[in-house]
Amino acid sequence: MVTRASQWAALWRVRTLQLKLLRECWHLKGQILSIALVVATGIMTVITMGGSYESLVEAQQRYYNDMRFADVWSSLRRAPESMRERIQAIPGVALADTRVSFLATLDLEGLDAPAQGRFVSLPENSRPILNDILIVRGRYVDSNASDEVIISEKFANARGLHPGDEIRVIINGRARSLDIVGVAISPEHSYSVPPGSLLPEDDRYGVLWMGVRALGPAYDMDGAFNEAFVKLSPGVNERAVIASLNDLLEPYGGYGAYARRDQPSHMMLQGELDQNRVMGTAMPAVFLGVAVFLLHLVLGRLITTQGGEIAVLKAFGYTDAEVGRHFLMFALLAVLLGTLIGTVGGMALGRGYIDIYRQYFDLPDLQYRLSPGLLLIALLVSVAGAISGAMGAVRKAVQLPPAEAMRPEPPARFTPGFLERLGIGRLLSASGRMILRNVERKPLQAFFSSLGVAFSVAILIIGLFMYDGVIQLIDLQFRKIQREDITVSFLQNVPASTRFELSRMTGVTRVETYRGAPVRLRNAHWHRETAIQGLEGDGVLRRLVTAQETVHPIPAQGLVLSKVLAERLHVGVGDWLTAEMLEGKRQSAQVQVAGIFEDFLGVTAYMNLDALDRLSGEYDVISGAYLSVLESERNALYRALKRVPAVAGVASPASMLVSFERELARNIFISVGFLVGFASVIAVGVIYNGARIALSERGRELASLRVMGFHRREVATLLLGEQGIITLFAIPLGWAIGYGLAYLMVLGLQTDTFRIPFDISPRTYGVAALITVLAAAFSALVVRRRLDSLDLISVLKTRE
Amino acid sequence: MNDAQAIDRDDSTARPVLRATGLSKVYEMGEVRVQALKNIDLTLHERELLVLLGASGSGKSTLLNILGGLDVASSGSLFYGEQELSGASQTELTYYRRDHVGFVFQFYNLISSLTARENVSLVTDIAVSPMRPEEALALVGLESRMDHFPAQLSGGEQQRVAIARAIAKRPHILLCDEPTGALDVGTGRLVLSVLDRVNRETGTTTAIITHNAAIGRIGDTVLRMSSGEIVERMHNAQREDVERIEW
Repeated sequence: MVTRASQWAALWRVRTLQLKLLRECWHLKGQILSIALVVATGIMTVITMGGSYESLVEAQQRYYNDMRFADVWSSLRRAPESMRERIQAIPGVALADTRVSFLATLDLEGLDAPAQGRFVSLPENSRPILNDILIVRGRYVDSNASDEVIISEKFANARGLHPGDEIRVIINGRARSLDIVGVAISPEHSYSVPPGSLLPEDDRYGVLWMGVRALGPAYDMDGAFNEAFVKLSPGVNERAVIASLNDLLEPYGGYGAYARRDQPSHMMLQGELDQNRVMGTAMPAVFLGVAVFLLHLVLGRLITTQGGEIAVLKAFGYTDAEVGRHFLMFALLAVLLGTLIGTVGGMALGRGYIDIYRQYFDLPDLQYRLSPGLLLIALLVSVAGAISGAMGAVRKAVQLPPAEAMRPEPPARFTPGFLERLGIGRLLSASGRMILRNVERKPLQAFFSSLGVAFSVAILIIGLFMYDGVIQLIDLQFRKIQREDITVSFLQNVPASTRFELSRMTGVTRVETYRGAPVRLRNAHWHRETAIQGLEGDGVLRRLVTAQETVHPIPAQGLVLSKVLAERLHVGVGDWLTAEMLEGKRQSAQVQVAGIFEDFLGVTAYMNLDALDRLSGEYDVISGAYLSVLESERNALYRALKRVPAVAGVASPASMLVSFERELARNIFISVGFLVGFASVIAVGVIYNGARIALSERGRELASLRVMGFHRREVATLLLGEQGIITLFAIPLGWAIGYGLAYLMVLGLQTDTFRIPFDISPRTYGVAALITVLAAAFSALVVRRRLDSLDLISVLKTRE
Repeated sequence: MNDAQAIDRDDSTARPVLRATGLSKVYEMGEVRVQALKNIDLTLHERELLVLLGASGSGKSTLLNILGGLDVASSGSLFYGEQELSGASQTELTYYRRDHVGFVFQFYNLISSLTARENVSLVTDIAVSPMRPEEALALVGLESRMDHFPAQLSGGEQQRVAIARAIAKRPHILLCDEPTGALDVGTGRLVLSVLDRVNRETGTTTAIITHNAAIGRIGDTVLRMSSGEIVERMHNAQREDVERIEW
């Protein structure tokens, strides 16, 4: 009977305590919600970034496996089909495959400019051993038909082509009409950039797959191949295989084999994935860190103001555990609410994210999937955060001896602070001194509050700076480096005299020729396959513009290397390299590094065109030209160039720029929107909670000032001045953190293809500060409304 | 009732500062109506020291709040000089408190982050023609403790700072709500003597709320309240010396 009574008592007791919890949560709803939102943002980044990362990796792996994506890639001039067996025999090679692949001109309806197609051969009687394609519409090529073609999906969509349509192409100088029988995708072209371009141009560059018996003869490749791939046996060292493959293909004009990680499409996708993983761990860490700090702050102060109640509860016989649990529930409630909002929001955002990826990478069956494991991790991290944030405060609460806790708190101890001892205090009014002393009394709390707000500034900086960097890069690349109106590239090297034919064409006002020569540069055991870009020494259309926007002269002798390439090869100015030419006579020669300059795109070696001729032993050949043209004649010129069989492609930096900038503007808009949201959540979370807690601690003090005749505005200044100082201090701190994080990001995102300039504009600093200040001001305004309704009369009587 | 009217006539030589006629205050708390004040007539004159006696719940605090512009009456009129306070806006009431009223609270309500001197200058900063903070603190005998923070002062000292803060603006009316309520007898007497001296030396009209009948002897006028009404009005021909009262 006794046991049963005490059980009932325990149940009732707990229920009353739960009622207290619910009522107080309702009372503190603003604070709980703002913490929940910070937690939600953290969870949302985990669910969005982590979830889409997992989904992408899963789709990528499945796709690669299904399509038997190769591990090692190699291209060469021409080798007999019998070589395939020799490749297959290299130790460590599980599967080998070969094919024919060429660039050709497409004659597209409604497009004046020549378009390019990458023609790739397919075995007619079976699917490729490696690098298979996935037919999305139509069918595979028929073994008996010689004019059937399968085209890449993005190109098909951009041009509105369907199976059953015809496409006119110029193969090896001969115009032909091909029947489109299928539309396909393949992992090696999931991000396809035409040669000479920096970005996908789906309306004028496509991949066309044809049967090898139809394509081979057209290029004089009957029974021969010019591309070979290898799938490695598990656990095999790819470097050994690459070396063997290079040795094997060297006599056949091998351009140097490379691993999957250097395959352009894979490299782009992997870069995105890596970025996603970095963001997916760094961002949630920041948000959850701020949330833990807020929980600690809010609960700590809540418990201080509830000292009396805790004492009463304990005097009535509640155990430490019950009291502790009661306060922990506040933290858990905020965190669980945040997790719920974050999960729902994160899943919606994740789907949107994946939709954007689908536009760039045609990964089949790419769906946003949230793994239960990830959700569990997010939940555990946030609950752990809540508990660690609340633990200190809760421990303080249960340690209070009841008798001591019931006594009213003595006036807080204040002393003139550091700044006043410096003499600054004399310059301040009494209100100024109040604000300053409140900040200085709890310097750690003020510092951490500032740190929280500073993260909001920093998040904005790292987001905005990326766009500063991209815009700077575009400006440099398209307005200062590529000053030509049109780039013409030829299918093969042509005589240098072609320049005169070009300059005679209608509308051409200036011609500068170039030559891209594939090469292996070697310094001791460091080597790298790249291309030496031979430029005219006195050219004005293409110049070497450094990151500092100065023009690096092209010396009469020697190479000028981009800084990244020089670092990879461990050479400095004045050092010598061995240049093994990978085309033509394939001769090797020593060449001196005459200069090194910092650039953002690619890893290139530049050389004077004449010096390149001497180095390669092949004179007066060019692979393309940069043209200045009269704008009015541009389309006429395009039409004329389209009829020149040797022309592989025509690129226009201006048209590239327009589509890129439009795309960029849209992305900036979306990303900045999210960043502003995320940063505001943090700033509001810190400032709103800080001000609300200060109000509950000092409401009595402020009300007595109102009684003495202070206006609402004056009292608000006293309360919010402290938050103002915290915000002001946070701005330079956030700038510094943002600078540091941006620097780390630049280092982390530095790849061979792409480097982000590390240059944060004053505007970015300004915008980051402004948005944070606005968010802080908004929080202050909300608290101010509460301040206006202070109960003045209660001040006269009650003692907290 | 006749007595009370006689008192008013006796003081008619001094100018009236606050005139309340038929003041009532009703609190609507859900379905319950609480009549906190019923038809109060009251005039406070220049230099007068008024003691409002009553048990808790008698309505004395409600009356003080209305006189001090912290609350407004449900009916009746209240004049400060020629200015009507019944029906004044929140901003007008703020200015009334700021320029003319000094408050002393039972629990001092000092700003813990400011020293004694700074607590006083907080008010002198916004007053029209205040005393210097040092002068006000000297009046309450705290010239040697001016740079101490509240946490470094005793209860009596804190209350004297509160009085200095209230009088520093040279208010016309000083309203004190249980100023000795949180103090022991000796310290309470010290605080009352400060209020008494300030009233004599500055001529500030002073109203003291207390539940302690003994304190009534130091006032010119003593009102006893019960259930929201003034049930007794007394006039002391001679104000008792604070040192001689006991409780």
